[in-house]
Amino acid sequence: MIMTRGQKIFNICNIVFLGAIGLSMVLPLIHIIAQSLSNSVAINAGQVSFWPVGFTLGSYKLILQDPSIWVGFRNSATITVFGTLINLLMTAMLAYPLSRPEYVYRKTVLLFVLFTLVFSAPLIPNYLLVKQLALLDTLWALMLPMAISAFNLFVMRSFFMNLPGELIDSAKMDGCGEFRIFWKIVLPLSKPAMATMGIIYAVAHWNRYAEAVFYISDRRWIPLQVRLREIVFTDQYGQSDVTSELLVMLSPEGIKMAVIVVATLPIMLVYPFLQKHFIQGMLVGSIKS
Amino acid sequence: MAKVETSDRMMYQFTTPGHKIKFMRKHWPLYVLSIPGIIFFLIFRYIPMFGSVIAFQDYNIFKGIRGSSWVGLDQFKRMLEYAEFLPILKNTILIGLYDLCFAFPVPIILALLLNELRIMAYKRIVQTVVYMPHFLSWVIVGGVVVGVLSPSTGIVNHLLSMFGIEPIYFLGENSYIRSILIGSGIWKDSGWGTIIYLAAIAGINPDLYEAAQMDGASRFRQVASITVPCILPTIVILFLLQIGNFLDFGFERVFVFLNPLNSENGEIIDTYVYRAGLVDRQYSYTTAIGLFKSIVGLALIMIGNKFSKKVTGDGLY
Repeated sequence: MIMTRGQKIFNICNIVFLGAIGLSMVLPLIHIIAQSLSNSVAINAGQVSFWPVGFTLGSYKLILQDPSIWVGFRNSATITVFGTLINLLMTAMLAYPLSRPEYVYRKTVLLFVLFTLVFSAPLIPNYLLVKQLALLDTLWALMLPMAISAFNLFVMRSFFMNLPGELIDSAKMDGCGEFRIFWKIVLPLSKPAMATMGIIYAVAHWNRYAEAVFYISDRRWIPLQVRLREIVFTDQYGQSDVTSELLVMLSPEGIKMAVIVVATLPIMLVYPFLQKHFIQGMLVGSIKS
Repeated sequence: MAKVETSDRMMYQFTTPGHKIKFMRKHWPLYVLSIPGIIFFLIFRYIPMFGSVIAFQDYNIFKGIRGSSWVGLDQFKRMLEYAEFLPILKNTILIGLYDLCFAFPVPIILALLLNELRIMAYKRIVQTVVYMPHFLSWVIVGGVVVGVLSPSTGIVNHLLSMFGIEPIYFLGENSYIRSILIGSGIWKDSGWGTIIYLAAIAGINPDLYEAAQMDGASRFRQVASITVPCILPTIVILFLLQIGNFLDFGFERVFVFLNPLNSENGEIIDTYVYRAGLVDRQYSYTTAIGLFKSIVGLALIMIGNKFSKKVTGDGLY
């Protein structure tokens, strides 16, 4: 294809512009990593931009000595692992019957679920329910009330509907029961979809913040995001058994930034994987629904 | 939002109720599988809906719903008369409007520009990078904003000081909070928002472009006359959905930035309901506010659906 002069100029501008947009997404994160690895003198003098100055791992040492960070990490990891398992099981168990024509109340149940998407109850009745179920100040409060996302349910249902129907029919011919079909045929065939959805759910659990603010006041059960918000916005970082010389070397800003890096790390580690599987999966889902 | 297909693969017709029951009994495991999910929605979605009746009560936690006295619409009256609520409603509406004006168009423009990139490897790198912030939590996004905007150590104030401008404590001033809220939203989600538009663009019939090239249409002309009209239905649907969620800016993304210095312009319904409801325990009053928000949201979605049917010939749901 022959390009006119104007098109060439546009192409170059476009490449530069989108490059700048991309950089604006990455540079703040690099700035933060650089600060977390710099000493207080450099940070306070404003020498740190995108590369550590006066390299030190002190900020990381300090926050890893703070037991509350570990408590948060453990709680977040727990709700991420178990919460996601609950999510996948519950979502698949409801999505599968809804994908089968033999389930005669399909439409009724779909409307029943759809309504929860357009009309949601206010905060207080939700809070009172969690309280009444004695889930307040337990990690269950961060797993059970969000056991099924209606949106993900619809995505998974449309995935099940696209499985070849003949497979299920032939299994039935061989005398396979419905439970066995679900467990031994449908679920193994859906591994890619389940992995995709598992990651969507897992990221949501790791990032969960609002519900923790609403339902958890016992400090033993706060997830990492809550602790992170305290440290970053209210300057309460680890005090207890920290040597004072370490504190002198570090600036509060550097410590805050180190906490952010630590909390972001797990997401960054799964991101390449996310990129590969999930964006295609998401595309399929969003086109369908 | 997902849509319920009106015509699924097939439907069974039953002549008598007896047949239906027999058929269901034959496929009983399917019905058993669906029970936990249905119970979940009943307990965690529908019970709180019915629990919203405390908006019409003077709810007392010790007396429960049955024992508390009914006050009719008093809580709603109080909401509208109370001087504290109106500024918060105004904030919520303004922030929603700004979001619609400034954040909504960004993914469309980005998707159109990304689609014009002809170097595939470069396109993929840019996409990978712009999707990434979507996966960070609002707390982390807040932390990034704090780091970048910090008056003493942040990079923005360093740049400003190069031009001789005094450091600004952006998070400590009422006048900046709305821009910060909208801006951080654009940073986090506009890249992610391109996905759906890129999918719509990928679905356009390539013959259209070929024919346009034959007729000598420039690339700009092709975008204006083919790409934009073809993705218009998607834009309209997403726009209407966004209007439906107009008051639902989100609790977390505001709450992380909120402090006493900026709450005058930053407090929205969700954060107010948390503060006045959960912290100050005004259960009935804040449930009335929440119910007001949910009903407005439902009405907006229903209006959006009507519009959508008129404009695109297809409902939202």
